[in-house]
Amino acid sequence: MTDPRLRAQDLTLAYDKRVVAEKLDVGIADGSFTVIVGPNACGKSTLLKALARVLKPQAGAVWLDGQAIASYPSKQVAKQLGMLPQSPIVPGGIVVEELVARGRFAHQRLLRQWSPEDEDAVTEAMRLTEVSDLADRFVDELSGGQRQRVWLAMALAQQTPILLLDEPTTFLDLSHQFEVLDLCAELHEQGRTIVAVLHDLNHACRYATELIVMKAGEVVAQGPPAEVMTAQRVEDVFAMPCRVIDDPETGTPMVVPADRHRRRGVRTPEAARA
Amino acid sequence: MRTVIRGAGLSVRVYPRALLVSVLLLLAALAVALVNLTTGDFPVPVADVLRSLAGRGDAGTDFIVYELRLPRVLVTLLVGAALGASGAVFQSLTRNPLGSPDFIGLTTGAAAGALIVMLIAGGGGVQVGAGAIVGCVVTAVAVYLLAFRRGVQPFRLVLMGIGVSALLEALNSYLIYRARLNEAIAAQVWLIGSVNGRGWTEVVIVAVTVVLLLPTVIYFGRNLKLLALGDEMAVLQGVPVERSRAILALAAVGLSAGATAAAGPIAFVALAAPPLAARLSRSPDAGILPAAMMGAALLSAGDWAAQNALPGNDIPVGVITAALGGVYLTWLLFRERGARR
Ligand SMILES: Nc1ncnc2c1ncn2[C@@H]1O[C@H](COP(=O)(O)OP(=O)(O)O)[C@@H](O)[C@H]1O
Ligand SMILES: [Mg+2]
Repeated sequence: MTDPRLRAQDLTLAYDKRVVAEKLDVGIADGSFTVIVGPNACGKSTLLKALARVLKPQAGAVWLDGQAIASYPSKQVAKQLGMLPQSPIVPGGIVVEELVARGRFAHQRLLRQWSPEDEDAVTEAMRLTEVSDLADRFVDELSGGQRQRVWLAMALAQQTPILLLDEPTTFLDLSHQFEVLDLCAELHEQGRTIVAVLHDLNHACRYATELIVMKAGEVVAQGPPAEVMTAQRVEDVFAMPCRVIDDPETGTPMVVPADRHRRRGVRTPEAARA
Repeated sequence: MRTVIRGAGLSVRVYPRALLVSVLLLLAALAVALVNLTTGDFPVPVADVLRSLAGRGDAGTDFIVYELRLPRVLVTLLVGAALGASGAVFQSLTRNPLGSPDFIGLTTGAAAGALIVMLIAGGGGVQVGAGAIVGCVVTAVAVYLLAFRRGVQPFRLVLMGIGVSALLEALNSYLIYRARLNEAIAAQVWLIGSVNGRGWTEVVIVAVTVVLLLPTVIYFGRNLKLLALGDEMAVLQGVPVERSRAILALAAVGLSAGATAAAGPIAFVALAAPPLAARLSRSPDAGILPAAMMGAALLSAGDWAAQNALPGNDIPVGVITAALGGVYLTWLLFRERGARR
């Protein structure tokens, strides 16, 4: 099998002296919808930042199309790979449309700063994320959910074949969560490679073609949800006893946390009777 | 809010309002400059000034216009533009309205360099300008190194700048205190910032800086917009972050060094011009061109006021800008407090 377009090899990731991960090897299957899950602070965002060359690894390298990602001109990478960070800085005094338009930077040159393709990409990105009506609003005056969709629009406007999304559904209500996930699924069907960090394991199992389960800076499992998401694994990784059943809607694995009493090791009335 | 201009391989997005504001500010600056050419000890009618500028004036008017007034008027316009552009770059890089060169120590550093030349080395003229440029660049490097800790956090940079500025302030006071009285007075006047009696040498110093560096910062202004979204977002969008920031910062240091070399440390223009221009143009960030034009207009108007509105003979323009700047700063802090509530 050939190497995937985007992969990390032997990564050591750290902030100063705080080492988050060591000897990390991850490949992102081409054309996959990969979802990364894992407990808080296990290094999901850190891995995503490294894959997007925002965080420089202390050892090892991230490879894009067989070449170290750090060796490309920045603009060239930005045409291939985009990312929605977990908590971007909210700029003051800038309206939605202008912010989304900045997602076109990599495609622009000095004398061609605004082509019809740029215009189309921005309009389309805003339509898909349902922020067209917010076009003239100031970004710092939006709700968390609206803002999240604006950032997503900016990432979409970049039109990259590989898209990394760090918790794209946080701040969103239930229906908007599913709209964003559906949108990711559509982009995936159109041939893009999507990598998303999600917290909801059931969402992850429904949408992912490939799951990456992380714990304490390590990848403990990678593969299709049906193979990876077992009750034992959820208990190992999240310290949460549960049952895994078939999602009645989709047939994908569905994690049902154990009852409060059972989780505490207290005998439930039901168990006492048995 | 914006329109697109296309044709023959060219396609740029322009903000008509920002462009209009720039043009209007430029016209305002030129109009005030023209008025400044007519006023002085010997009032010259506008018509005569224009005739002289067109190269058809009489010898007397030519002398007044070309030797006495035009250099000063040009220095005013160019220094104002340099300060406005430099302020716009630094405020954007530091994401802080107080991150302008006169607050983060650059202007004070330039002043220290100039004072050392004036009071210790006993130099004058071009040497003072050179001293200012060296002082400004050295201070910039020092502030950068002091603020560096795994990259430079903008807020740290501003705080370091303010600290270094205070230290240099003390150095400057010391230099003046130990000087002879007449030298001390000359130095003190220089420290106020003034365009009085500036000649073609100063015009050349600041013109060279502006011609070289203003286009540079305008060109990299596109990257500046993305840097304003944070380093992470800028990298993601394909901006060569470190390189862009270094070029922008160096160019802005150069602009404020050139301005200070020519006119002394004129306060507050760099601080106030960018946000005022941004307000007028309702642009998403302090566009560099509008900020430069605003600087030119503000300083020209300030120099007019210094010559005509106040009693006294040829007051340095720095007095006026400092007074106006104080009002502006008070308003800024007042509004900030209001917004925090
Ligand atoms: N900017 C930072 N500086 C220092 N430590 C950080 C930084 N960002 C994250 N960390 C630490 O790195 C570890 C992994 O964080 P992160 O990758 O954000 O976790 P998550 O899996 O929740 O996304 C955590 O212990 C966190 O405290
Ligand atoms: Mg995270």
